[in-house]
Amino acid sequence: MSDVKTASAAVIDIRGLNLSFEQDGRKTDVLRRLDLSIRHGEFVAIVGASGVGKSTLLRVLMGLVSPSAGSVKVNPDPSAERPMALVFQDSRLLPWRSVISNVAFGLEKSSMTRMQRRERAKEALTVVGLADLANRWPWQLSGGQRQRVSLARALAVRPAILLMDEPFSALDVSTREGLQDELIRIWRQTDRTILFVTHDIDEAVYLADRVVALGGKPGEVRAMRSVDVERPRQRGSAALDDLAEEVKADIFGGQARSGDNWVI
Amino acid sequence: MKNTIVRRLLPLIGLLAFLALWEAVPRLGLAQRALLPTPSDLPAAFLRELSSGIWLTAVGNSLFHYALGLLVGAGLGIGLGIVTGMSRVAEGLLAWVSRVLRPMPGLAWVPFAILWFGVSEAGAVFIISVGVFWIVYFATFGAIRSVDRDLIEVAQAFGFSSAGERLIKVMLPAATPGILVGLRTALGQAWMSVVAAELFGVPGLGSRMMQASSLLATDIVVVYMLTMAALYGLMDAFFMFSQGRLLRWRPS
Repeated sequence: MSDVKTASAAVIDIRGLNLSFEQDGRKTDVLRRLDLSIRHGEFVAIVGASGVGKSTLLRVLMGLVSPSAGSVKVNPDPSAERPMALVFQDSRLLPWRSVISNVAFGLEKSSMTRMQRRERAKEALTVVGLADLANRWPWQLSGGQRQRVSLARALAVRPAILLMDEPFSALDVSTREGLQDELIRIWRQTDRTILFVTHDIDEAVYLADRVVALGGKPGEVRAMRSVDVERPRQRGSAALDDLAEEVKADIFGGQARSGDNWVI
Repeated sequence: MKNTIVRRLLPLIGLLAFLALWEAVPRLGLAQRALLPTPSDLPAAFLRELSSGIWLTAVGNSLFHYALGLLVGAGLGIGLGIVTGMSRVAEGLLAWVSRVLRPMPGLAWVPFAILWFGVSEAGAVFIISVGVFWIVYFATFGAIRSVDRDLIEVAQAFGFSSAGERLIKVMLPAATPGILVGLRTALGQAWMSVVAAELFGVPGLGSRMMQASSLLATDIVVVYMLTMAALYGLMDAFFMFSQGRLLRWRPS
């Protein structure tokens, strides 16, 4: 019975995706034979070293980059207003817009009135806990606050799928952990699907229902592992640490190096 | 404390010393007063020009040429700069044309201005806008070209995929500081062109200066020179104020 549900509720279905760039007459393969199916409401983390094509995969899903071969199907929940929204690594707020106007940016594509957009933006800011800073300029915010605004900007368009491109990697540890917990809280309040790209294996196993390990050049799926650990999870618990070791082994083909807070 | 007061007063002291020296040179007989009027001659000359209504008419005419020339030149410069900034094809097509036309100073166009427009307001506006155009064009082109690609990707990621949407949502606001730098330079350049354009007879400050100098009324010439300095200072201050409002999103 669960099979039927899974099959019907695949929001993202990628089959045999190949991607290569041509530059100066030379072809560079970025992704090879990639299959990935993501269920509705699932939190999936993609881990891999930098340059393995993780971010490129998100851009293929957004339609910003065309695949060279294979099929990419996105079947968003029809009740969502937008199929997808992307949170960038470096917040990428528009410096000439106030915080609230940045959050409302994606809504300007819709038919909403100015008042409706402001209201929706205010709502999204409240979700990320920054309603008080609505009228600040981006340069007046800390790194963590900027990333919250970036998250609010993506949430404001009410996407079925939230794509996140190493969103917390530039933040200090305590800010990062705070935002990770907040992301989980926001995700559990809604029925959104999240595809979260990171190079931090500990972050991946802490956050996700399922971890997809990418490796090699061109990048391909090395393994997928479910994280069957109840939430709220304990950082650095034995179950998560063991899983992180396994993912490491997946990526490097069993040649896992040792080390505690290990980042690729 | 005392030092800062003295430092604040230094510009004023310098100005007073300059005026004193200027006043002294003709009075001591080192220069003919007809060739170098003294500062003390100027208020009377200014009042004569003002009460006869000539001053106001000349200033009005010049400001009209200035504003229209600036508007036309800057409008075309921003427009074309956006096109070549966004399109490699347009940039390629205009690469050599602009290289040939750019070094020609606005004044080199005076003969054609007279042939095409006669000694008329249109001729003056034409000369002023030629100078303004190139400054604003290159500033705009550079500013559009250097817009952060990452911000353009944000626009695309949120569904603003057409060139027009990208321009309005990201390119233009991001390029505004660079365009304003060009505009400010153009503001000064246009003022110089005003005098040049009017020296050949179109009514305004420049032509009034030529008239006065041919009658050896050098005090009047100086009155208009100072008028220009004052008008330019006023306009630059107004520009800086507007720019501050427009760019208030930047850390000061």
